[in-house]
Amino acid sequence: MLFLQFLGFGFFDFPKYILNPNASEQELLKWNGWGYNDSKFIFNKKGQAEFTGKRYRLGGMVLPTFKEWIEKTFGASLEHKTTSRASLNVNDVPPSIVNEEFLQDLRATKISYSQDAEDRVFRAHGHCLHEIFVLREGMFKRIPDIVVWPVCHEDVVKIVELACKHNLCIIPFGGGTSVSSALECPEEEKRTIVSLDTSQMNRILWIDEKNLTACVEAGIVGQDLEKQLAESGFCTGHEPDSMEFSSLGGWVATRASGMKKNIYGNIEDLVIHIKMVTPRGIVEKNCQVPRMSTGPDIHHFIMGSEGTLGVVTEVTIKIRPVPEYQKYGSVVFPNFERGVACLREVAKQRCAPASIRLVDNAQFQFGHALKPQVASIFTSFLDGLKKFYITKFKGFDPNILCVATLLFEGDREKVLQHEKQVYDIATKFGGLAAGEDNGQRGYMLTFVIAYIRDLGLDYYVIGESFETSVPWDRVLDLCRNVKERIVRECKEKGVQFAPLSTCRVTQTYDAGACVYFYFAFNYRGISDPIHVYEQIERAAREEILANGGSLSHHHGVGKLRKRWMKESISDVGLGMLRSVKEYVDPNNIFGNKNLL
Amino acid sequence: MALSSCSLSHSFFICSQQKELTSKKRDEFEDILEERRLSSDLRYAMKCYTPVIYKGLSPCKPNAIKSAVLQSEQVQYVIKQLAKEMGESPDIIQEEAMEILDEMGHSMQLGAVRFFAFTLSKIFKQLFQRVCVNEEGMQRLQHAIQEHPVVLLPSHRSYVDFLMLSYLLYTYDLALPVIAAGIDFLGMKIVGELLRRAGAFFMRRSFGGNRLYWAVFSEYVKTMLRSGYAPIEFFLEGTRSRTAKTLTPKFGLLSIVMEPFLKREVFDTYLVPISISYERILEESLYAYELLGVPKPKESTSGLLKARRILSDNFGTIHIYVGQPVSLRTLASGRINRCPYNLVPRHLPQKPSEDIQEFVSDVAYKMELLQIENMVLSPWVLVAAILLQNLPAMDFELLIEKTLWLKGLTQTFGGFIEWPDNLCARKAVLSGLTLHANIARLVDGHVVLNDKGLEDGAVGEIVFKRALAILMCATYRNQLLNVFVRPSLVAVALQMTRSFRKEEVYSCFSFLRDVFSDEFIFFPGISLKDFEEGCFLLTKCDAIQTSQQEIYPTDKGSVIVSFLSAMFKPFVEGYQLIFRYLSKETKEAFTEKQLIPGVRNFVFQLLEKGNTQCYEALSSDMQKNALAALVQLGAVKKKKIVETLLWDPATKFLNSLAGCFCLPLPFGFQSFSQGFDKQREQSCLFLIEGLLCVLE
Repeated sequence: MLFLQFLGFGFFDFPKYILNPNASEQELLKWNGWGYNDSKFIFNKKGQAEFTGKRYRLGGMVLPTFKEWIEKTFGASLEHKTTSRASLNVNDVPPSIVNEEFLQDLRATKISYSQDAEDRVFRAHGHCLHEIFVLREGMFKRIPDIVVWPVCHEDVVKIVELACKHNLCIIPFGGGTSVSSALECPEEEKRTIVSLDTSQMNRILWIDEKNLTACVEAGIVGQDLEKQLAESGFCTGHEPDSMEFSSLGGWVATRASGMKKNIYGNIEDLVIHIKMVTPRGIVEKNCQVPRMSTGPDIHHFIMGSEGTLGVVTEVTIKIRPVPEYQKYGSVVFPNFERGVACLREVAKQRCAPASIRLVDNAQFQFGHALKPQVASIFTSFLDGLKKFYITKFKGFDPNILCVATLLFEGDREKVLQHEKQVYDIATKFGGLAAGEDNGQRGYMLTFVIAYIRDLGLDYYVIGESFETSVPWDRVLDLCRNVKERIVRECKEKGVQFAPLSTCRVTQTYDAGACVYFYFAFNYRGISDPIHVYEQIERAAREEILANGGSLSHHHGVGKLRKRWMKESISDVGLGMLRSVKEYVDPNNIFGNKNLL
Repeated sequence: MALSSCSLSHSFFICSQQKELTSKKRDEFEDILEERRLSSDLRYAMKCYTPVIYKGLSPCKPNAIKSAVLQSEQVQYVIKQLAKEMGESPDIIQEEAMEILDEMGHSMQLGAVRFFAFTLSKIFKQLFQRVCVNEEGMQRLQHAIQEHPVVLLPSHRSYVDFLMLSYLLYTYDLALPVIAAGIDFLGMKIVGELLRRAGAFFMRRSFGGNRLYWAVFSEYVKTMLRSGYAPIEFFLEGTRSRTAKTLTPKFGLLSIVMEPFLKREVFDTYLVPISISYERILEESLYAYELLGVPKPKESTSGLLKARRILSDNFGTIHIYVGQPVSLRTLASGRINRCPYNLVPRHLPQKPSEDIQEFVSDVAYKMELLQIENMVLSPWVLVAAILLQNLPAMDFELLIEKTLWLKGLTQTFGGFIEWPDNLCARKAVLSGLTLHANIARLVDGHVVLNDKGLEDGAVGEIVFKRALAILMCATYRNQLLNVFVRPSLVAVALQMTRSFRKEEVYSCFSFLRDVFSDEFIFFPGISLKDFEEGCFLLTKCDAIQTSQQEIYPTDKGSVIVSFLSAMFKPFVEGYQLIFRYLSKETKEAFTEKQLIPGVRNFVFQLLEKGNTQCYEALSSDMQKNALAALVQLGAVKKKKIVETLLWDPATKFLNSLAGCFCLPLPFGFQSFSQGFDKQREQSCLFLIEGLLCVLE
């Protein structure tokens, strides 16, 4: 008590909730894992895997082969269980240190804020493995001292002004789905850290149907944006795998990419105008035009700046009428090489559907393990027949074949036409159409994979995903070498079970592709699994770079991949970025230490 | 001179850690002929042969590889380029490429392999007593072949090398290698084609300027490597060593096989050093003639048939040691971390960066040093080394005693002696003498060189015959040299400098190492480490004692020190003669073709007059090495004038260099400081003084 007073505030200045306008949403989400509280994988009384909740197609379904897959793939056993602590231990949380003068100024603005431990911890992390591990078993050394909830652009201007006045550090927070350690507070930061939560800036300000644009506040979450636009018959079509939780501002700040970029484009193709508040003032353009030649595009300083320059408050984004028709599809290839060749050809002919992905054999089996119990003998008979046709009649090796998943979108007629074109190309590369269901399940996997990680954590299995982009001619070599590197590094680092090391080609471009890796292993018998994990992830990244891949296609750099920035963009390039930072934010108010 | 005692003692630590040579555990040998002598060769040749293969391999026919090469982006790119430059149709150049491929490509067939398996069984059983292999090495190789593409890097002492290696792999049911062979084999009717079917592919001796040839050849090799089609075998030394001393490596093929990894087209590549040593080399006398300038007979089938008579001869035991496969990825880790190939499409021909070239060279030397490390030394090698120091005759009992002594010393230095169990020294020496009756024999309790018919004949003929015998004998001593070279050069330096100051001894050592850089195998750029190793080994056998600043020979060490320097005396003297010839007898630029007979005559005359006893200076190998060293030291310049290589001696420099090997020295040796740094100058001074005592 005395101690607290000494620090400048008494116990009663330290209420649990001053106001958390986000409290209801926050309570829906797990505090120590991915996604919604009600959605998770469990093993039911019969020992079968089951996905709870009703939010996903998989919800409430029993997955009869999933347990076996886990046991086989990881050597994990249901008897060896670790448990996360049940709730946050408030006593462990670093105290909130906020100067009283600032608090007075803040109260005067009427902007909601909170110094509550749970609120602060919730915004102290993204979803990297080590962050989740800390939540389950430890505590962050440094977390935000205070959370603020501006509700509009003007609020943000006020907050940034106050931060400049009191020399505070601001870390913008959107959906909290970062996987680059971008949200972690720098341990050595001595100033008060203000977490600027944009979640209350979530309105669509206007829709311009003539120009097909919409001006939206940056805190809006992906699924809300699409839901609200859909009410007027529109969509942005920007669907990153995290779209249930990630925010528009976050997409801009990390140069995000969406699953359906083939039709709608990546974030840099979608934005028409950005308004950002910086310590130096507000940066924006004078008009909302499709293109302009006025020197280097200032949007490109903002996109990918990862919260180091300011807070994006409003974004004008392209919109499209909601497509009339959607159709999933899938193609089985005899092997990964043929599959990649097919995707390359599709990209060459520029006829890629909204989404086209190629999963390798391990990921195909992974997806297969998530197949729900079939309802009737008839479906199971049909499944058997399909399997027989592919493996016996067509001679595909079930341990080598791989699957492309497809998503078509547009007019019904055009979709069918497009579908035929793509399947024709696939046939040339030995591909066999494998049905809509397989396709849809493939996409579902990307939404539930993060939930699976939480399940794994309960059984000594840790894992993560990472991504890169690579020229077409190096795709195969990169995939093979990175997977192999992971396997070897695991062996060398004393991992006692063979890891899951799998990839998919997840986006196609004219000149290359985006490759996504999943990597997980059973860490029983290892004393410091996170350290081992990080060493292996680092080796995998080195391997990617040596194979001509990029540091990141869409996850960003954050603090996790900073060490390779110089190598990635050259000394001069880094200097260019630094000089922008120095001009815009000379006192490092946006001090999350990402990127540079 | 930047040599602090601190760095000395530091690297000494590293060196003593690394060099636990004698305690190094080596694998046991197994005789593969033993079973051949017991069971049917025919059944063996027809056995079920199902080798394990590379995990990623989809088997294909030799012709499929050829067409893949022809259609590859790499070759097509060069074809288009050439077509554009020469204004010819790409089809014509494509045709040319096809011809190159047909000339080059192997067409491995199981039938031919079985034919070889049968005939070689017969022949090997005739020629050799035993063919010993480390089975653990074969097991490691079997494992490696499945894991990553494999490159076999055997030492090259004889044509038997590659026949034997393929035979061995067949015996152990391992994938047969494709072998890079010189195009001259194709000159042999039938045999050339037979070799082709057994997996040989043929490369022209020089094709640096021919871009199409280079593209086709390198792509052919890389295609086979990338797909893991078969282990690729070639000789780092480039050709058979006529002296049994490891030749300095050639880098061309090595850089080709390293490229797929460096471009990350494969995850890793295994390099497997293989040491093949012969108790008696099939071509020993042929080599001696060749070294003396009697031209090598062109490879011909009839020549081979004539060579049949050697079938009645006994060539003792062969030892094949298959070394630990070395992962190229491991070698490259931390060294090639920038990504040199990321910014250019990988199929474009690209000159490797300096970094990469240096890396290739380091790998080449490393692999040769590994070959040397595992090369089996027979007792006869020791006998030959002693004999050469005790010409013309040596007491048999003394020889035995000395041989035993040298055995101990060799083992201390890490030499891999295969001394049959329970065999007493007398028997070992005797069996060596029996096997090598053509070189030396026992007469009245004395061992003498076998130079029959010496008495009659002109002086010249006597010199020639003696030279033959000595060069043949030297071939066996030479097998010791690379094991001995570091401590020996320290010993030579000690004698030359007659100083105990470590710095001075090192400076002289370093100079000698530079001069002999083509004669012996030194890993590039680690002169100090080599010196430390030499000192360490000498300390280990109690020949010297070292302190921070100084090196003292011990009392009992003088025997070792003088033995070691005497062992290398032919080289010091030989180089001296060659330098003298160059500085005195040549005035203008010369070609290699002019130089070699020139030196030979010069030395020959000196020998005839009895002014020197250095027969080994007649060896064209030594002459070429000395020339290469001079080029490297900058004393001779290489010029290219219309397809002919000319060497242009920088007379002044050469004079001074010859001067430091020659006695007595003219006054003005300050003059050689031109282009010659202080350190060198000093070492030359040591040399001159030292030579006085060595030559006493």
